[in-house]
Amino acid sequence: MSRVRLYQVTVVVGFVLLLEVLCLTGVIDKITMPPPHVIIIDFFRMLLAGRYFGEIGKSLANVLLAFALAFVSGAIIGTVLHGYRTVREILDPLFATYYAIPVFAFYPLFIVMFGLGDGPQLLIGYLLGVVAVIVTTLNGLDRVPLVLKKTARVNRLGALQTALRVTLPFCAPYLLTAAKLALAYAFIGVIGSEFIMARSGMGYEIGYAYTNFDNATMYPLILLILLLSIAVNGLLSRWEKKLLARRGQG
Amino acid sequence: MSAEQVTLRGVTKVFPASGGGQAVRALGPIDLSIKKGEFFAVVGPSGCGKSTLLELIAGLSQPSEGAIEFEGRPIGKEIPDGVGVVFQEDACFSWLNVRDNILFGLRQKSMSAEEKARRAAAVIEMMGLRDFAHSYPAQLSGGMRQRVCIARTIVMEPRLILLDEPFGALDQQTRLLMGDEMLRLWRETGATVFLITHALDEAGMLADRIAVMSARPGRIIDLVETKWPRQRDSRIVEDENFGALTSRLWKTLRDESLKTMGRMGGGT
Repeated sequence: MSRVRLYQVTVVVGFVLLLEVLCLTGVIDKITMPPPHVIIIDFFRMLLAGRYFGEIGKSLANVLLAFALAFVSGAIIGTVLHGYRTVREILDPLFATYYAIPVFAFYPLFIVMFGLGDGPQLLIGYLLGVVAVIVTTLNGLDRVPLVLKKTARVNRLGALQTALRVTLPFCAPYLLTAAKLALAYAFIGVIGSEFIMARSGMGYEIGYAYTNFDNATMYPLILLILLLSIAVNGLLSRWEKKLLARRGQG
Repeated sequence: MSAEQVTLRGVTKVFPASGGGQAVRALGPIDLSIKKGEFFAVVGPSGCGKSTLLELIAGLSQPSEGAIEFEGRPIGKEIPDGVGVVFQEDACFSWLNVRDNILFGLRQKSMSAEEKARRAAAVIEMMGLRDFAHSYPAQLSGGMRQRVCIARTIVMEPRLILLDEPFGALDQQTRLLMGDEMLRLWRETGATVFLITHALDEAGMLADRIAVMSARPGRIIDLVETKWPRQRDSRIVEDENFGALTSRLWKTLRDESLKTMGRMGGGT
């Protein structure tokens, strides 16, 4: 285990232990939050009972779809935009201020437009992630050495072939960063939307449990989201590390 | 070795004004013929337009005036078939191993997978890269990476190889050895080689003819024939005529280099 990883584990374990102590000593009251060991027991009970599997499946499917749409379209838009300097310069201020826009404020509008189904949640997850992917893709493409583009021309590659065989592979580490961001935003967008207003999904169940003081449901579901995010992020980071090591940048 | 393969007539290159500055006349007019199968080198002071000249011949850039022909056909915006380029900068694709880097251009060609593999294997062998075929560029030295780039060009079997200061980033010993390697490849492939270099000894050792360029706008102010035998290597520097050759090149180039230094605000 590397020193950095050891510190990471120490910080997480230390934080959990601190919560445990604060909960057991009553500094944090039981109604607000049960001790972490109780949350873990409830978590396994929930999984073994198979409760909320439908809700979990539905939310994860929407998260994956929002992520995939944001990642693929963001990478394509970023690549196309990179070839049009003027359009990019026009859009740059929007990209720079995009995350100051409260996308969730448009959720009621999306519900009016698309109904109380999965559409508005997908759209929020997508809108939160897509700009991060566009900006990160542009950032990566800006760093492609001119000599690689010349090599593509010398080998008579067209624009699409150059993107697929030279510029995007060069940007792979940036695209992985974009994927991590898009995934995090997809989770926030979909689960957050379900929490605000929906008829099903993990966010809806968390919201329902929250209003009914049902900590035995709320915290295990939050823990599940946390573990899933960490697992997927960990996998992407591993891949990124391997990629960078191969390029002598690890 | 007599037919003209590349001809340049009245070629100039002017870079248009940008950012409130003035237009820059970078090159020309240049009239030049390169014979089929010869090793041709161009030397000149920094910023004289050597690389611009190479990019014009490669079709990577268009002349402002004049015409360039490769094997009798004008060079347009498309890179002509049969031309390969090796750049000074590291142009290895870091995400591909050595074999896949070499196969990069062949993947565009309509030929059987067996034929592509055979050609790649032959070039890997020729360039002494067999033990590194599955290594990634990051695992190789600068000289080895440049060998991969040369191999990637050679595997396409070009009739004209353009080298833009390919050994510029290498140490002196590696440069000499790479020069030997280049001479061997030149003899084995029968291709014409057009080398841009700032190193007079490198040009003197490798080339059949050497063009000396003036300070910007670059024009050809001397054309020197080395008269070396085709079978030669870096030991040619021991030849009694080698010193006279490099002296002649330096004599022509010194004044031009001083002009460039003066332009940059340097002393003499």
